[in-house]
Amino acid sequence: MKNNICYHHNLAVRENICKGCTHCMKKCPTNAIRIQKGHAVVDEEKCIECGQCLIACPHHAIKVVQSPFEMLFNYQVRVAIIPTMFLSQFEDEITNEMIYMALMKIGFTHIYLSELGIDIQNLLGIKDINTSGKNPIIANCCPSVSQLIRIKYPLLSPHMSIIKPPNQITAIFARAEMVEQYKDPNSIGLFYITPCPAKISQINTAEKDGLKLFDGVLNLNTVYNLVNNCLTKNKKKFSTIIDNVQMEFPIITKNSARWALLQRRGELKGKRSLAIDEIHQVIEFLEEIEENDEININFLELKACAEGCVGGILATRNKFLAAERLNFFTSNLPEELDKKLINRILKYKQLLSDNIFIAPDEIKNSLSLDSDIEVAIHKLEKINEIVKVLPGIDCGLCGAPTCFCLAEDISQKKASIRQCAVLRLRDSKGLNTLAKIWGEKVSNT
Amino acid sequence: MNLEFPVEKGDFTKAGEVSSQIKRTLKKLNVPSGVIKKVVVALFEAEVNVIAHSFGGTITCSIEPKYIKIIVIDTGPGIQDLGLAMTEGYSTASQEIQEIGYGAGMGLPNIKKNSDDLDIYTKAGDHTEITMGFKIENEE
Repeated sequence: MKNNICYHHNLAVRENICKGCTHCMKKCPTNAIRIQKGHAVVDEEKCIECGQCLIACPHHAIKVVQSPFEMLFNYQVRVAIIPTMFLSQFEDEITNEMIYMALMKIGFTHIYLSELGIDIQNLLGIKDINTSGKNPIIANCCPSVSQLIRIKYPLLSPHMSIIKPPNQITAIFARAEMVEQYKDPNSIGLFYITPCPAKISQINTAEKDGLKLFDGVLNLNTVYNLVNNCLTKNKKKFSTIIDNVQMEFPIITKNSARWALLQRRGELKGKRSLAIDEIHQVIEFLEEIEENDEININFLELKACAEGCVGGILATRNKFLAAERLNFFTSNLPEELDKKLINRILKYKQLLSDNIFIAPDEIKNSLSLDSDIEVAIHKLEKINEIVKVLPGIDCGLCGAPTCFCLAEDISQKKASIRQCAVLRLRDSKGLNTLAKIWGEKVSNT
Repeated sequence: MNLEFPVEKGDFTKAGEVSSQIKRTLKKLNVPSGVIKKVVVALFEAEVNVIAHSFGGTITCSIEPKYIKIIVIDTGPGIQDLGLAMTEGYSTASQEIQEIGYGAGMGLPNIKKNSDDLDIYTKAGDHTEITMGFKIENEE
């Protein structure tokens, strides 16, 4: 895995495939994409890794960078931390036991369900809290939403829960158990199987404060393919010995197992809560509460993907079918944790309690024009003048998603008004004059 | 820089449009979030006042590096008793307006609470002009 801890480096454009068609640029909720020299270019400061571009791309030119699977074998102990929604990616004829066996067969030695972290948090009696001490508490579950709030809704940042997401809590617990059992920490490798690219950045950020969480993050679709191939080859074998297989991973509670579904988690705790999915709906809602956060809601669960994590960007199955299976197979899970498991967790109570909070993150307004207000005012005045001249049809031919974005880019010297195809057709001579007034693109920005 | 927005009377579906617009502008200008919040709350109240009580009006906003000045002018009919109107909970809003969730009598008090400077000209039978000022100070 790259040692780079900065945000947003996990979505990459494959330039040899990208046609610069503007589909992704139009879908990006933070206007982070421009088409330059015929290819999509992502502004890492603005990208929240929601993966809308990846879904929108008709040429599959956007990929998610991940750890190579082979690095698994650098370790003697190979732990998979899998979200429950992974199990729901398969058709009903594939049982959880078979998936478990296949995961072991492809190389893992231990498996933990990621959502165990919620049970751990509940067991330790740690409540969701935020820095403002005010309602609503916004769950820290969806990393895209967290990033969105950080860069676009700084007013709401104090509402964010400061509890680590479940996969990270589980990682701390799993590593502690493995170190206890196998002694040599270097022989242990923890791998998270992620339903979305944003979780990779979330983990990298969390590791900034020095605590090692995962040794690698694998994309869910990659692992799905490996498991699926393994199952196709071994179906008969697996189904004959399945009766003797014991699933040796901690069984989590029903409510936690359903965490990937869109549900009003707060209600479980007897509180008023709301669950909102899909990034554009989330943005609409955040705009609303940014102006008036005095709503009668204790707990807000906002998820960038439609249907929540079960509809993650890297998920392979139809999100509704997957959600149904997850809902179905979790219905038999217990309401309470197993006594043995409780004792296993309580053994590391101190370690877990000490590390359950996330390190405070700097709030940055990436969407502001300049850190200096005076300069920003000048730029905005300029933008307003430029917008008056632009056609206002948001065609995208200039390489910016809207005319306003082009005006903004011109004011930042990241674009020239010469890029406007409509003005060029209408009056190419006049365009020279305008370019002189408003300046040209300064390359290497 | 100066921004100007017309406000029509009676159209509550548009309540908050001007304050949202100004919020977005201030965010682009990197104004500290605490200041933005005060501006949005005060301006929203003023905007609702124009919609609920006046014959319509205009909001102008001038932004300077250290100060934001917002002037809300309507075309009448003026406030009968400004002292009373500044009291929390006092409202002249009709039952109709109160039924849709406005007119709690917190408009002017909230404007006063959130602005750094406030100047109100009004007279029954004349127009009302509210000038509110906000200092831009960096939060540390």
